[in-house]
Amino acid sequence: MNRKRIVLRINGRACEAEVDVRVNLADALRHVFGLTGTHVGCEHGACGACTVIVDGRPARSCLMLAVQAEGADIETIESLGEPDRLSPLQKAFQDKHALQCGFCTPGMLMTLEAFLRENSAPTREQVREVLSGNTCRCTGYQAIVDAAMQAAHARRSAT
Amino acid sequence: MKAAPFSYHAPQSVEDAVGLLSTLENARVLAGGQSLMPMMNLRLAAPDHLVDINRVPGLAGLRIGAGRIEIGAMTRQADLLASDDLAAAAPIFRAALKHVGHIQTRARGTIGGSCCHLDPAAELPALCALLDAQFEAFGPNGSRAVAARDWFRGYLESALAENEILCAIGFAPWPSGHGFGFHEVARRHGDFAVAGAAALLARDETGATKRAAVVVFGVEPAPVRLAAFERAIVGRTIDEAAIEAASEAARKLDAMGDAHVGADHRRRIGGVVVARALREAAGMNGGAK
Ligand code: FES
Ligand code: FES
Repeated sequence: MNRKRIVLRINGRACEAEVDVRVNLADALRHVFGLTGTHVGCEHGACGACTVIVDGRPARSCLMLAVQAEGADIETIESLGEPDRLSPLQKAFQDKHALQCGFCTPGMLMTLEAFLRENSAPTREQVREVLSGNTCRCTGYQAIVDAAMQAAHARRSAT
Repeated sequence: MKAAPFSYHAPQSVEDAVGLLSTLENARVLAGGQSLMPMMNLRLAAPDHLVDINRVPGLAGLRIGAGRIEIGAMTRQADLLASDDLAAAAPIFRAALKHVGHIQTRARGTIGGSCCHLDPAAELPALCALLDAQFEAFGPNGSRAVAARDWFRGYLESALAENEILCAIGFAPWPSGHGFGFHEVARRHGDFAVAGAAALLARDETGATKRAAVVVFGVEPAPVRLAAFERAIVGRTIDEAAIEAASEAARKLDAMGDAHVGADHRRRIGGVVVARALREAAGMNGGAK
């Protein structure tokens, strides 16, 4: 009962693995599926670095067991752009210098990606509130909010 | 850190869940995981068995009837926040849910989990106390309903037995058009509050109070209703003197102190949030209706 086979979708691809039941989703993504873009900071739900999108909603992958993701649709930072083909959100982070060390960035991006899909015309205040669960030790957040506003604008113009 | 090893069980019915809880030693129920998983990762909790009720059918969902609202225990906080029907029938929920954790924790966190964990500063248990909710528990001997006044047993302690699970929470909505107010003070948005308060108000055409409910949370180990104030205000209007009386009652509570917030400060903030919630409920000082 301590290992279990799971089948799930990660970034649109069907995936399957046998995992230790005590392994959280963040560690499974990194060590079992080799997707090391998802970062692990605090491991107790305080920092938001591990945020991924689970069935359309941003969630902390350190607070979910990998076995609980059975049948789920997971999106990680690897689903956004490529280094030479950034997604509009990633491009906005680059343009606005919204990262320094980059440790918090995958969590910031996945939180905003999920949020902007539902709200393409947020106020700065709403963006700040949505990012209240993501800690950044470098930037001071202003540039991150600027980037979110640029990305929201880009999303509106694209549709 | 990582969670200590445990055996994992994913029952498919409430009967199976209760059966597992009745036979296994040192078992814990896993609902949304937003409190238990951090405790396990920090090894403050090390259950030998985890009984995951996320795949038990029928435990999630909202049933909004004319005289009764029932919320399945496994309903996610994000779904409660998104429900326009709930916001129309019991608008205090939307006001409170914006303060519940963060977007990522609301996606998984459940109302039932919050009401079983019973952090003193948690908003949803406070609303259940405010609304005189009934907690529907299921155990080896079947279902039983527990009134809110019996549910809260103290710090992190509910009336739920170790081999029971919470299935739903029900309450009677207030008449449409009632006043409501919710206010909390936290050091950062989404953090557990230093103190918070919620108020409901039904008034007649002259503005006299027909019925009032006020709850203060985060101050004592469990949410506290200001029952004496609620009784005294019936038939009177909410004015500055009434608000001061409610604040004074909150300042007399037996406040907890910790490394960040002393008991005196917490009592003082309790008085402030009660005043703000009541003003909002009464539509005073430009507060929302
Ligand atoms: S690593 Fe998950 S919230 Fe910090
Ligand atoms: S860029 Fe370093 S933590 Fe945010």
